[in-house]
Amino acid sequence: MSTETLEKPVQTAPAEPLLSKRRKKFLTDPLNDDNPITVQVLGICSALAVTAQLEPTFVMAIAVVVVATFANLIISSLRNLIPNRVRIIVQLAIVASLVILVDQVLKAYLYDVSKVVGVYVGLIITNCIIMGRLEAFAMGNKPYDAVLDGLGSGFGYAWIILAVAFFRELFGSGALFGFKVFEAIGLENFPTNGLMVTPVGAFIVLGFIIWVQRAKTGYVEN
Amino acid sequence: MRQSNTYIIVFSAILTVILGGLLSLAAVGLGPTQKKAVELDTRRQILSAVIELKDGDDVLSIYNERIKSLVVNIDGDVVKKTESGGPIIAENVNIAKEFTKAPENRLYPVFTLKNANDTSIIDAYILPLYGSGLWDNIWGFIALEPDLTTIRGAKFDHAGETPGLGARITEIEVQGRFKGKKITDDLGELISVKMLKGENNDSGKLDDYHVDGMSGATITSNGVNNMLENYLKYYQSYLNKISDDGTVASLNK
Repeated sequence: MSTETLEKPVQTAPAEPLLSKRRKKFLTDPLNDDNPITVQVLGICSALAVTAQLEPTFVMAIAVVVVATFANLIISSLRNLIPNRVRIIVQLAIVASLVILVDQVLKAYLYDVSKVVGVYVGLIITNCIIMGRLEAFAMGNKPYDAVLDGLGSGFGYAWIILAVAFFRELFGSGALFGFKVFEAIGLENFPTNGLMVTPVGAFIVLGFIIWVQRAKTGYVEN
Repeated sequence: MRQSNTYIIVFSAILTVILGGLLSLAAVGLGPTQKKAVELDTRRQILSAVIELKDGDDVLSIYNERIKSLVVNIDGDVVKKTESGGPIIAENVNIAKEFTKAPENRLYPVFTLKNANDTSIIDAYILPLYGSGLWDNIWGFIALEPDLTTIRGAKFDHAGETPGLGARITEIEVQGRFKGKKITDDLGELISVKMLKGENNDSGKLDDYHVDGMSGATITSNGVNNMLENYLKYYQSYLNKISDDGTVASLNK
């Protein structure tokens, strides 16, 4: 009987592992099943605009990953302080500041690339992926989870635009990262496809990627 | 409490100050590096109008060794001081800003390429250009041989022309079309060089004063034509002066 009144030690839930199954999903879902570009169809404009060559695309991809991750981290840390009525403008101010920082750094250290992607880096502010993740995820989750979600969405965006840029530069300019591939393997007269250089080419490549992806995952829009 | 007006105002004010401070700090901190990057880019563009630059070339040292610059006005007179008495440095003249003034009030920088072996001989005159494309401004440099009529090279850039169409003015191949063309007739009257409409024109049409156009980018081509003609006109008095003086080949002696 006495045993029943004995104080039991307080049971604390074991800490969730840093990469538990639930958290892994934040990282991996946007890569394929819930990809921001091919499934959610967000951030399409920049995916079309910067993907004519790999180098600017690469820089753009890094910029989006950085902005998405840090914006998620900051908003998630502040989520209990942000007044609900002005939350969108707070999100916007933080995203805009991060984007300006990225733009300034590019202008200082990668001037050539910034001349090409400069306009689109500024437009990351309006990239629906970032605001979408802030509103849908960072406002309601802890900072660490939000960082994982930002990284996941960023990389989900990154691999798609890099894949598009790979095909566009290869067939549009016969090069990869400016390296003339077809000349190097002895096909000097390989005809390049002018369509691939224009944004129309990006639509077509993106269409193929979505097609292949949906054929594999069986995703159907309701 | 989190929803009260006071809280919202205070929160917004603090956020604004923090973000504003952060951005000004970044702008001040990165400013000098950015300025250097822009200067390097300008010099690279000037040089690439006359020399094929490779990756890894030390642009600054080549520039300092080979380029001598001066600034002239619309009458072709060399200008050395601003109205307030400060020195004018050709590299620091902002062509875009000058473009907003009336032509007769603008400053016109001239960059001369010195011979690699004998620095008293001038190999080329490089003149900056500025004009309007289809969507935004276009600019560039045109390099003239010492005979002041043959084009040695051209370099164009743009702010927002359509990729794959008008933006092709940045392609080496398109710029190369201007090489060897002439800007004046036998009597020294300015004709300028024009880009034709459409691409793959008959070689018969591509005489000394015409180059092949870019298909789908006629308005950008016209912009290039106007820019070339206007700026060659503005530089005309200077070019006439140096050719009349007979100092063409030995300006620096």
